[in-house]
Amino acid sequence: MKALQITNLEKTYANGFHALKGIDLEVSQGDFFALLGPNGAGKSTTIGVITTLVRKTSGKVTVFDFDLDTKMVEAKSMIGIVPQEINFSQFESPLEIVLNQGGYYGIKRKQARERAKKYLTQLGLWEKRNDPSRTLSGGMKRRLMIARALIHEPQLLILDEPTAGVDVELRRSMWQFLRDINRKGTTILLTTHYLEEAESLCRNVAIIDRGQIIENSSIRSLLSKMHFETFILDVDRAIETLPLLEGFTLYKTEDDTVLEAVISKGQNLNELFTLLSEKGIRIISMRNKSNRLEELFVRLLDKNNREAI
Amino acid sequence: MSHSNLYLTAFSTIVIKEIDRFTRIWLQTIIPPAISMALYFLIFGNLIGTRIGQMQGFTYVQFIAPGLIMMSIINNSYANVVSSFFGAKFQRHIEEMLVAPIPNIIILAGYIVGGIARGLLVGIVVTIVALFFTKLDIHSFAITIGVVVLSCILFSLGGFINAVFARKFDDISIIPTFILTPLIYLGGVFYSIDLLPDFWQNASKLNPILYIVNAFRYGIIGISDINIVSAFLIIILFIIILFSVCLYLLNTGKGIRS
Ligand SMILES: Nc1ncnc2c1ncn2[C@@H]1O[C@H](COP(=O)(O)OP(=O)(O)O)[C@@H](O)[C@H]1O
Ligand SMILES: [Mg+2]
Repeated sequence: MKALQITNLEKTYANGFHALKGIDLEVSQGDFFALLGPNGAGKSTTIGVITTLVRKTSGKVTVFDFDLDTKMVEAKSMIGIVPQEINFSQFESPLEIVLNQGGYYGIKRKQARERAKKYLTQLGLWEKRNDPSRTLSGGMKRRLMIARALIHEPQLLILDEPTAGVDVELRRSMWQFLRDINRKGTTILLTTHYLEEAESLCRNVAIIDRGQIIENSSIRSLLSKMHFETFILDVDRAIETLPLLEGFTLYKTEDDTVLEAVISKGQNLNELFTLLSEKGIRIISMRNKSNRLEELFVRLLDKNNREAI
Repeated sequence: MSHSNLYLTAFSTIVIKEIDRFTRIWLQTIIPPAISMALYFLIFGNLIGTRIGQMQGFTYVQFIAPGLIMMSIINNSYANVVSSFFGAKFQRHIEEMLVAPIPNIIILAGYIVGGIARGLLVGIVVTIVALFFTKLDIHSFAITIGVVVLSCILFSLGGFINAVFARKFDDISIIPTFILTPLIYLGGVFYSIDLLPDFWQNASKLNPILYIVNAFRYGIIGISDINIVSAFLIIILFIIILFSVCLYLLNTGKGIRS
């Protein structure tokens, strides 16, 4: 059974911007799925269509086989949504927010109260349940949106960049919480622009760029495509001309004392260091070129472009 | 499959939330109409009214009381929906309802009933204030209640449309200031249109609020410038039109879905 099936989804905004150019996506029941892509790729637009906050131009969305257009109530009842931006009333308390959301999903007050207690407690908000929500910290606000999304115990939980701007500690505990509910059977779809997040949480991933899915596979097979890793080397003197090192590719940067080295799988760093010191170049420090997602993109787009030619 | 239980729960959640909202801020919602009503009665009723003398066989204060009460009801049902719905849009928590499995008509009905609740509550409060200044016998209970509820529905719908189009807080006071208030003041609250020249009598008949004020006045003191049945029909016609507009706006996602 597919928790979510998106077929040939197109979205052109009122200003004429073509944000989604024929998206196809399938998320199996029980999966932990990442929709990965840089800012502006169309992640929130896709999520918006699924939650009906964005009106699609064409295409089809089904949630557990319920068509969002013709079986709206059944389809929406299956979904819990944690949006990218805070969207609860700053004047209401966490308890009111969660109880009302339950009401909108048809959960009777008595049952909603039990669940509200359960989820607000699990997310560390029970003590704050009666405070105005504007007084909550940023991390608490994010957790409140998770509690709110769970009040009707949806089969499919969708989180739009849930950990953007969240500190490391909270990110870890949120990850653990999501893993737990996924293990208990909730299908999770999250969007992120951190490859690390997708890597540590998800089983399957789709990569979206400029409104198109450019890759859709398991995380494992995606990562295995990353044959290369780029390191940034700070060296002890200005390099005028790059030394030729057999088997390695070096690049100069803006700064003469900084080099970039591309290492493919199977090569080792010791070898690089030896070759460099033979040329009289000593390395003072070294770091991984941090944005792996960007690198992955460059390679995937390279590949796509080459295929296109 | 029937979803009536879900709809009922969602509907009552919206209504309770709406009532909770305006009762929580009663200093801004319930007290101001009571104060302005007391001032109107004091100045127009007691101070100036005694010099005006009788109007269609009633003291001036008795004549204007229904119109003033209705003015509060209209303003408050309108204000409730426009500020609540615009606030929800502005703070984006309208999304809480939009993502939920609630048909648009239920959302609309929830806000309308919220507007009716505030209109009724304010109506009762200002009627109590009025009773300090004059005696009011209810001529027809059914007509009084009927016209109050229909007016609340009509102006809640109006407030809803205003909120859908509003982009900033200023926009929610434009219609009340430039359209609603003039129509109310020229809608026969303070005078009988019999006093007007023919041209202005006819022009007044294009003003929907004239029908409401007169129907309400008929309900309370039993006199009206216009036919009661046609007054009701006109109010209902306006309700049908505005209701269709609201549903259309919701269904096309105007101002709330991109
Ligand atoms: N309401 C809108 N009107 C016009 N363009 C929009 C609107 N919302 C988003 N966009 C554009 O659509 C593209 C995709 O946006 P979005 O889905 O929010 O990206 P992401 O969530 O991946 O960062 C962006 O270029 C954005 O500027
Ligand atoms: Mg986004």
